[in-house]
Amino acid sequence: MESHIAEIVQHTGGVIGNAWLMIAFPLVGAFILLVFNRFTNRWGHLLGVAMSLASFVVAVLAFFELIGFGEEERRRAVHLYEFIPGMVDMGLLIDPLSISFALLITGVGSLIHIYSIGYMAHDEHRRRFFSYLNLFVAAMLLLVLADNYVGLFIGWEGVGLASYLLIGFWQFKPSAAVAAKKAFVVNRVGDFGLLVGMFIIWTTFGTLTFAELGEKIQPGQTNGTMLAIGLLLLLGACGKSAQLPLQSWLLDAMEGPTPVSALIHAATMVTAGVYLVVRSGAFFFPEGSGAALAVAIVGAATLLAGAIIGCAKDDIKKGLAGSTMSQIGYMMLGAGLGPAGYAFAIGHLITHGFFKADMFLGAGSVMHGMNDEVDMRKYGALRKVMPITFVTFFIGYLAIIGFPLLSGYFTKDGIIETAVHHQPILGWLAVLGAGITGFYMSRMVFMTFFGQKRWADDAHPHESPLVMTVPLMILSLGALGLGAYLVLSNRLLLFLAPAVGRPEELPEFAPFAPSGLATLGLVAVGAIFAWMKYGRAEVPSVQPRGSFLTTFARRDLYGDALNESLFMRPGQWLTRLAVFFDNRGVDGIVNGLAAGIGGSSGRLRRVQTGFARTYALSIFIGAALLTGALLLVGNI
Amino acid sequence: MNPAIEAPTIEYGTLAPLLIIFGAACIGVLVEAFAPRYLRKSIHVPLTLLSLAGAFALVLVQTVRGQISTTASAMGAVAVDGPSLFIWGVILVLSFVCVLLINDEGHFVASAAAVPGSADEEEAEAHDNGTGHTEVYPLVLFAVGGMLLFPAAHDLLMMFVALEVMSLPLYLLCGLARRRRLLSQEASMKYFLLGAFSSAFFLYGTAMIYGFAGTVSLPGINKALASGNTLDPLLLIGFALLGVGLLFKIGAAPFQAWKPDVYQGAPTPITALMASGTLVAAVGAVLRVFWVGLGNLDWEWRPVIWGVAALTMIVGSILAITQTEIKRMLAYSSIAHAGFLLVGVMATYGSAQQNAGSLKAILFYLAVYGITTVGAFAVLTLVRDPGGEAGHLSRWAGLGKRAPVLSGVFAFFLLAFAGIPLTSGFFGKYAVFAAALNSGTQPGDSMGGWMAGLVVVGVVASAIAAFFYVRVIVLMFFSEPAADGPAIAAPSMGTVAVIAVSLLVTVGVGLYPESVLGVANDAASSLFIR
Repeated sequence: MESHIAEIVQHTGGVIGNAWLMIAFPLVGAFILLVFNRFTNRWGHLLGVAMSLASFVVAVLAFFELIGFGEEERRRAVHLYEFIPGMVDMGLLIDPLSISFALLITGVGSLIHIYSIGYMAHDEHRRRFFSYLNLFVAAMLLLVLADNYVGLFIGWEGVGLASYLLIGFWQFKPSAAVAAKKAFVVNRVGDFGLLVGMFIIWTTFGTLTFAELGEKIQPGQTNGTMLAIGLLLLLGACGKSAQLPLQSWLLDAMEGPTPVSALIHAATMVTAGVYLVVRSGAFFFPEGSGAALAVAIVGAATLLAGAIIGCAKDDIKKGLAGSTMSQIGYMMLGAGLGPAGYAFAIGHLITHGFFKADMFLGAGSVMHGMNDEVDMRKYGALRKVMPITFVTFFIGYLAIIGFPLLSGYFTKDGIIETAVHHQPILGWLAVLGAGITGFYMSRMVFMTFFGQKRWADDAHPHESPLVMTVPLMILSLGALGLGAYLVLSNRLLLFLAPAVGRPEELPEFAPFAPSGLATLGLVAVGAIFAWMKYGRAEVPSVQPRGSFLTTFARRDLYGDALNESLFMRPGQWLTRLAVFFDNRGVDGIVNGLAAGIGGSSGRLRRVQTGFARTYALSIFIGAALLTGALLLVGNI
Repeated sequence: MNPAIEAPTIEYGTLAPLLIIFGAACIGVLVEAFAPRYLRKSIHVPLTLLSLAGAFALVLVQTVRGQISTTASAMGAVAVDGPSLFIWGVILVLSFVCVLLINDEGHFVASAAAVPGSADEEEAEAHDNGTGHTEVYPLVLFAVGGMLLFPAAHDLLMMFVALEVMSLPLYLLCGLARRRRLLSQEASMKYFLLGAFSSAFFLYGTAMIYGFAGTVSLPGINKALASGNTLDPLLLIGFALLGVGLLFKIGAAPFQAWKPDVYQGAPTPITALMASGTLVAAVGAVLRVFWVGLGNLDWEWRPVIWGVAALTMIVGSILAITQTEIKRMLAYSSIAHAGFLLVGVMATYGSAQQNAGSLKAILFYLAVYGITTVGAFAVLTLVRDPGGEAGHLSRWAGLGKRAPVLSGVFAFFLLAFAGIPLTSGFFGKYAVFAAALNSGTQPGDSMGGWMAGLVVVGVVASAIAAFFYVRVIVLMFFSEPAADGPAIAAPSMGTVAVIAVSLLVTVGVGLYPESVLGVANDAASSLFIR
């Protein structure tokens, strides 16, 4: 099969030639805010917003310049500078794929920056918060814009750092500090996968830039090495995108301030794994290969796991986190289906960026009004006191469950249909997942906005200020119509085709396909079931004990227990064993070596007597040696 | 009747940076003589900074205009070529930031002539408002002038004069520390005695080479080498003695013994100036002598320098391990770095292209190492005990908890010294080692595989060196702070600026090495005037 990918052309000048500005603006913002810390307290947040908006403007201009080129010329590489002489040149790749991400990151990112002005208004470290947000935007842009794996990796680590700093932003809470550490450690596993994958790419192909890899790798070429690279990259993607088996950090990451959850742990950073898979798709995940199948299986498994977890959570943010896991699972599933799935995966990624950010910020708005209460059992009947939040959240909700004609309907159904077509078993699992989504998202909405008041005594819910609700409105507009715009007449697919390849036959929008009807039916069943249990019936304000299955889901499918018994305990035994051997064997050698060096240092040190005469003598002896050596060498 | 003596031709435009520095130094002396005491500092500081900035601007103008002279100036005595201009620029920037440090109060003694602990000293201190001797400024300018002239000198006599002009003020400056004066005076005395000793070697070597070549001009010597007998003992002994004088200045083993004692005793801003500016100037001079003067003798000198480089790296990094004084540790680190630089010097042999590549690596290394060094010493000036700077390593325990930003910055400088990626130090080492490996594979390199061996020694030495850098970081961040730990002085604007600039360059070059590498490349591509 021939998935034609356009060649990368060198580009200079214009907006695209200066695309580095996109990264530079937020980076400079972060730098100023961190370096001139207290002096910028009064206006720091405005600078942060301005830098993010400036970046957005550059992205929009670059987008328009890009679509000015013919379809085959829309992959523009901009050389920046020689990074490691003779090995890696730093450059940017502006193509339909990266510019889509850049628009999402800077667009949604700017909205969340604005929202944060209100959300963090009473936090004494607001300025620092904005510096980290800016740092995140810069790193994320580097990740998606770099034209080589090294730049991607630097951005990858940069977003990891920003994520760590922001999860632990309220570090006075031990739970936040632990969550930050957990995210960092789990991500390390994935990062090593990516790193080792890069090493193998370098040894095999001698280059890490996308353009040169494109020249060296035949389309569809597979062998053992390529499979290994693909699986290692997938491991990296699993870590960053919270896919099985590295999903455990995302739920805890909700300890961070809510705008962070919206921007980093829902809309952008966690989708970096999808980006990695799609970007490397033509090289290491060709359609039908083992690596691509692994991606699809991981996606399908995670989409179910995330949905099941989402059913049992009473913490509104954790519920949303489970749903994020699940939705990224859908994207991964799409990304494992080759060019036919890429467009839907990216499309779902973009619409998800809008509706999930919308819902997270909505949740933040609810928490803002409820004294930072996150337990949905203490909510109820909030639709009257928070009308704007309710309406925007409700639109996001309709979008995620795939209510006909809203964003999620088009993009998620696209993935499901392609999956049913290519990998029927995984496809029907995705249909099942959609049904569960219908249940748990409805449960969330009913528990929060409908039913009876179950508020704490000191709660006085109120609508949030405009600076917070306006971003909600804009995001909900995206949740409303973006999906239709991107999917109908295959707009996004044709736009992305030069960068990721084009499927053999273009998918047609088929609203009455059996899988689509089944999805709608299951979603309806799920929603009705949720209404009976959480809308009509009274919700106990204390968590009931629940069945075996509920406990299973509440405990994140025993993911932590599994990690502990499979990795942590054996790991501890292993370290103990290693310490034992280390003390007995290795230490002897190492300490001997160190003692040897230290001892020779101690002996040599005696030469340093402090007497000028000894020094002069050493100079004299040195001079004699030098002269002797020269005479000797000269006369050999 | 005698023929009229012809006036020498002097290219004033080309030499203007030098002339500005020396002129300002002379004016500084006049200020000392005529200006009232309370005015002196407020005249000296702008004068010194302006002259350094002005000289730097002139260097920039020459570089940007691109009309770098291809012949030696001042009757063949001074060569202002691409590498010279680069080294000048680096020295001027380094000395500018060092003067900002010097400007900070409390580093210099009120009256150097007063016996430490005597009533005279007390009286002098009572009348002094923390400024100390204002003679420091003209002395620094003279030293900087010498540093500029040293690597640009085109004949051995001019080089000797430059060596002395550079060294004599430094001997004096070393003895002017306000605290721990006996240590400072001891350092000054040692530096002077050993410096004079090594100057004698330099001069004697010059005389013997003159005996062989009949000239002291570097190209002249090279020409004589091409036609004469390169095994002439007169030449070989002369060259060895010349080498002793030069290697002493960069602190290569076995001529390194002065460095720790002097670095420890000297006032820290002066240590910073010596560790950065002097090293840059001396390496420049080594390059010029070995490459311009002794280019045709490389069969003889490269094996010997091989041994010196290996020994220097090993001695520097091994001895640093057992140091308990932070300035002494940095001194040994500086010795190890001198060894790394000599690895680069080894590579400046071969075809012209190879030469430019290696030269670029060394110039780059000098620039980034110099600025990181100044930053590190600037941090040292801020960590204080009642009796002066807190030099003992045990006093730095747990500093990360009490001054996280300062300790973080210092840790970053140490990582740059160790050559960890994403710092400028990584690219410095990478460039030098790559150049050495590259030169070993060139056809016609007499050293061949030995170059790879030297790089292996260098990497092992770097690994040993990383141990003691990281040990300080561990000490700062992972030990409990002492109950009566050192105080962190509130930094003046100047010190903050120095640390910030050093940090920016260290980070910036680590992320974007091409910025400095490009300039170094342009400078190196025109090579030394031969």
